[in-house]
Amino acid sequence: LRTTMEVCSSDGFNVTLREFGCEQCLLSRPDGSSSFIQGDTSVLAAVYGPAEVKVSKEIYDRATLEVVIQTKVGLPSVKERSQEQCVRETCEASLLSSLHPRSSLTLILQVLHNDGSLLSCFLNAACMAFMDAGLPMSCLFCGVTCAIASDGQVITDPTATQEKESRALLTFAIDSTEQKVLMSSTKGSFSVHELQECIAISQMASEKIFQFYRESVQRRYSKTL
Amino acid sequence: MCQWWWMLNFYVCIVDSPFLWVYGVICIQLCVCDGLLHFYVCMVDALCLCVYGGCSISMCVCWMLHLYVFIVDCSISVCLWWMLYFYLFMVDHSIYVCFLCLQRLDGRQTYDYRKIKITFGTDYGCCFVDLGKTRVMAQVSCELVTPKESRPNEGIMFFNLELSPMASPAFELGRSSELLVKLNRQLERCLRNSRCIDTESLCVVSGEKVWQIRVDVHMLNHDGNLMDATSIAAIAALSHFKRPDVGIQGDVVTVYSAQERDPIALSIYHMPICVSFSFFQQGTYLLVDPCEREERVMDGLLMIAMNKHREICSIQSSGGIMLLKEQVLRCSKIASVKVSEITDLIAKALENDKKARKEGRKCGFAESMPQERITALKNLETTVEMTDLTKQASDIVEGVETPAEMALSPVVPAPGVGQVGAGLQNAWGLEDEEDEEEEVDGDEPEVTIVAEKRGNKKKGERPVVIISDSEEEEVVILNPESS
Repeated sequence: LRTTMEVCSSDGFNVTLREFGCEQCLLSRPDGSSSFIQGDTSVLAAVYGPAEVKVSKEIYDRATLEVVIQTKVGLPSVKERSQEQCVRETCEASLLSSLHPRSSLTLILQVLHNDGSLLSCFLNAACMAFMDAGLPMSCLFCGVTCAIASDGQVITDPTATQEKESRALLTFAIDSTEQKVLMSSTKGSFSVHELQECIAISQMASEKIFQFYRESVQRRYSKTL
Repeated sequence: MCQWWWMLNFYVCIVDSPFLWVYGVICIQLCVCDGLLHFYVCMVDALCLCVYGGCSISMCVCWMLHLYVFIVDCSISVCLWWMLYFYLFMVDHSIYVCFLCLQRLDGRQTYDYRKIKITFGTDYGCCFVDLGKTRVMAQVSCELVTPKESRPNEGIMFFNLELSPMASPAFELGRSSELLVKLNRQLERCLRNSRCIDTESLCVVSGEKVWQIRVDVHMLNHDGNLMDATSIAAIAALSHFKRPDVGIQGDVVTVYSAQERDPIALSIYHMPICVSFSFFQQGTYLLVDPCEREERVMDGLLMIAMNKHREICSIQSSGGIMLLKEQVLRCSKIASVKVSEITDLIAKALENDKKARKEGRKCGFAESMPQERITALKNLETTVEMTDLTKQASDIVEGVETPAEMALSPVVPAPGVGQVGAGLQNAWGLEDEEDEEEEVDGDEPEVTIVAEKRGNKKKGERPVVIISDSEEEEVVILNPESS
């Protein structure tokens, strides 16, 4: 049943997304939960909220969003902190948090296996968990990771080995309404032209992911509609 | 069939509590004078209990039916008993009534475990355990460290439990609660102090280098009985784990990667597994594998760690309940049965995983995702269609306005002094506007002149003037030399 489609288009881009899967509502305690799988990379996300907020963290006109990334081994480091911030800022951009003032939203992301494109997997899992929790959002978002190999070839959704061999690594969060870039996180050196190329690729790839979101939600509510 | 059912009921009653003795006697009576009608009622009853579990309207109807049948069918005493039963059921929908009905909230019997599911991750030493809705992940990793001075030729076992806020909103990040300390201590006693792992085989160079085996257990969902799930996950992960092989040549220790040499599994003597018992009403009722709602109302907890050979590795009683010797013995008997079942389950899961890896099939979390649920969906690898991408990108790049030119060389007021900002042309849009306004406010009202003026500024050598009020930003030049 599994087929590998390795297509190199004429431009020299190796634009494939690994097989991806998602399961929603798999934990009983959180208000919303999801697991997102991209190839071997898998992430578990849980959302609590809107709930009571600590006075020190209270914001008077919107909900306080807290993002926690849990590593598999050991304590979270600076890298996780920066990823938390990337995810939080993306989520804040898409959530309509002003509808729940003075409340707290907590998003917990647990790494289950890291095989590259982890940040984009975090973003996708977060979006699915928010959908499961039924929180109001102005748009959906997804994450796409592009790696630029040493020969200039752009690889989307790279594995850990491809990431290691790459010259630059770019992750974008794309919104679903206008396909605009909500967040970008880059590593390594690349030209302006390559950046634009990667954004264009991510925008195209995001359509596939949003299509997947749509199908999974359709499937989920197929019995209630 | 019916008689068997009653006999079973009777047995459970006697074993479980003296209070239900009466019920048992009546059961036997019914057995003796049984008709076909009872059989059907019992079947309906059992079906209802299985399907609906706890208290529901259909159950009420079922009991009504019961009552009717007994009134028609049997003697006054039985009738009274059922009346009492019915009354209790209607008035007090509590957990205790469920115990009277020999039924728990989720439809289990007193000694039943919830469904256990063991899955392994993609890499070695990663294990997920589902105990009903409780979910736990364990990951084993290893590291070369210097051993403790008191035990120079023994490896080190390290257990780290993580009560992630994912499991329950009550768990706070980075706070070591009483529960965490209790679980961690129990896990250490269960796995380290029972010496189930051969720590001497983890020694590489005596007194210098030994392997430290680190077990990280993450709680993912808390629905009661975290300890049992944790101990199953930890021991399964340890049995699944493989450490890299090492070679020693003289003083040089080489760690081989998995490609160079096959990794080595840990040597495990036995598998201690923890079984939890909860007690209610000062030990009148006993439950195996309490769920979260049962844990909230329990009076006492007894945890017994035991291996397949019926050797007890640790016993811990908490909650301040006085237990009789018989109760502890009975619990250990139950534990021995449960432990042998769970050990078989772990062995089977390990074997399945080994087989899957050997055949080169895919394994890991991605494979364990249920396909048939409607909450889950999987997509095959997809390609993204690309057309005119290079052109599109270059169009954007060309279409972008070139940013304002920056000063080509940084201004150096004196050798050895670096400076940011002052004296340079500001390229920020906002600042530009302010700049313009200032200029407009001045003598020159026309914008074109402003531009000219700025052009002049850029070309002309301006003397560097540092305007600063704060003491921190003051530039102190030690050896003033004119540039």
